[in-house]
Amino acid sequence: MMRITIPGIALLGAFVIALIGVLTFERPPVDVIATGDPGTGMQVLYNPAKLTAQLAANQAPPALPPINAGPKASTVYKNVQVLGGLSTGAFTRLMVSMASWVAPQQGCGYCHVAGNFASDAKYTKVVARRMLQMTIAINSQYQDHVGAVGVTCYTCHRGQNNPSQIWFTGAVQGPGAGLAEADMGKNLPTDNADGSSLPSDPFTPYLLNDQQIRVNGDTALPTGNRSSMKQTEWTYALMMHYSTALGVSCEFCHNSRAIQDWSESTPQRVTAYYAEGMLRDLNRNYMVPLTPVFPAAMLGPTGDVAKINCATCHQGVYKPLFGAAMAQSFPALEGAAK
Amino acid sequence: MPEYQNIFTRVQIRGPLHAGVPIRRGPWVRDGQPFFSHLLGLIGNAQVGPFYLGSLGLLSLIFGFVAFEIIGLNMWASVHWNPVLFLRDLPWLALEPPAPSDGLRIPALNQGGWWLMAGFFLTSSLILWCIRTHQRARALGLGTHTTWAFASAIWLYLCLGFFRPILMGAWSEAVPFGIFPHLDWTVAFSLRCGNLYYNPFHMLSIVFLYGSVLLFAMHAATILAVSRFGGDKEVEQSLDRGTASERAALFWRWTMGFNATMESIHRWAWWFAVLTPLTGGIGILLTGTVVDNWFLWGVKHGLAPQYPLLYGHITDPAVGPGGQ
Repeated sequence: MMRITIPGIALLGAFVIALIGVLTFERPPVDVIATGDPGTGMQVLYNPAKLTAQLAANQAPPALPPINAGPKASTVYKNVQVLGGLSTGAFTRLMVSMASWVAPQQGCGYCHVAGNFASDAKYTKVVARRMLQMTIAINSQYQDHVGAVGVTCYTCHRGQNNPSQIWFTGAVQGPGAGLAEADMGKNLPTDNADGSSLPSDPFTPYLLNDQQIRVNGDTALPTGNRSSMKQTEWTYALMMHYSTALGVSCEFCHNSRAIQDWSESTPQRVTAYYAEGMLRDLNRNYMVPLTPVFPAAMLGPTGDVAKINCATCHQGVYKPLFGAAMAQSFPALEGAAK
Repeated sequence: MPEYQNIFTRVQIRGPLHAGVPIRRGPWVRDGQPFFSHLLGLIGNAQVGPFYLGSLGLLSLIFGFVAFEIIGLNMWASVHWNPVLFLRDLPWLALEPPAPSDGLRIPALNQGGWWLMAGFFLTSSLILWCIRTHQRARALGLGTHTTWAFASAIWLYLCLGFFRPILMGAWSEAVPFGIFPHLDWTVAFSLRCGNLYYNPFHMLSIVFLYGSVLLFAMHAATILAVSRFGGDKEVEQSLDRGTASERAALFWRWTMGFNATMESIHRWAWWFAVLTPLTGGIGILLTGTVVDNWFLWGVKHGLAPQYPLLYGHITDPAVGPGGQ
């Protein structure tokens, strides 16, 4: 029989524990900032090493110097449907900026047909026009979420043709004729809920359709709250998305001892609440109608268009680009052209 | 002199192999030729065997195996029978209870029927094994303390997966069979019912659980510390206190003014262990059935302290002014 020495067992154990420790935990130090009353455990955690990397990766590009000269763009160019009220100077500045935000490699030709910039032949131009309208709508109608900071194309695109953080409706097979347990869209590792086994597509029910997110009752004793455990798991998955998309824990918005209680929550929870209605509007009225415009290869597994969630703008940071007020430099994106 | 200041047992008894005391009745006799194992001797008795399976034990293993297969094969099917994915994703995979719309009906196999069936076989297996411990204890002329302690654990298991779902009117309220999924379920359960930590029976269960750990550590430390005086012969010392027992007792009177006895410490430990799932099960049964939101229940009964509102009065934007 193989002889196993006690020091050998201890050494192996120490190695396994060290391996788990290195793979599981962040390297200290971690800065702790209390955000609630003592004893509530409400705190925001920052790892300086991670923060440095995040700050470097979330810098707004410098804005071109403002220009406001020349006649109205609509009098000079053809087929200017959204920004016609701008001066040609401001219009050109925004167009050049958009190219650097969305298509720095391809330039104007990513959306425009060479020699005929007025043409809508390229689908990218049709999409870009709708996205301009969406940006203006976010900045002018959803200030309860985006505040005075607002958004620009760069908030999501970050110099890429397609924003890196998008979502498609999950292809759930549902109960079929098979004998084995039906795939109900959970119990597989999913990045959409922080690597957990929770439902993998919490976006379709809540950020596209208007399923009820809240599962808690507002009375101590049962008075008709029929929310099920399974509903709770879907809401839990959505909340894990909020958490990872913003790089924060539950306590950024909630006092975890009373997760449903608004009076114990932080103001950030109200801001997040307004995002829910905003995202439903953006996905339904801006993204979904563009479905036939996109080439089939860009659609999701169920033939649906790419859609928006918290991570699309936030990208792991509690305020996109750490709150850089990019939109201020482009009044047209805040609806000034109307 | 035997040495006990070690993480492993240093003394291995290597007498002649023995089959144990004679028993009076029963169709099964002991099986297997006993043998010695050095490795097992480090953590327990070096003699392995003889075994006793019996009809209850055999049935229990068969039922348990059926449950294990139903759960495992459904998990494997959920990754399309890919063996690599099965091993890699195993902690995430689960056999899920039926949908809420199925209530307490028996759904199709692929929509929760397998879950019900696995639950039946697993529960049968556990109860058969529990009865088996009763019969084995009786056959040896022992008390049946182990059986009742095991029954207490089965009580908590049934409260979570059987009694509470019936009271709530849907199998969907029960726990999925899976490693991470049952942990996610546990957190979701507390989220749904407004924080389980304000449930007094959950509090009791935690007290008994942590208390069990503390008692276990205190007792084990005491016995190891006095074993150089023969303190490991606890049972004899219950009746005839020797110097080990006297020293252990004096140690605790010196350090905390009171000591348990060689007999009573085991009653403390048994009751703490048994009360952990017993109170926990009561707490589970009350959740959602009698109390819907434990935090608000805690506020109502002066249990939850109120803190100053640091951010002024935050109100629900869905009902407040300017809401939808």
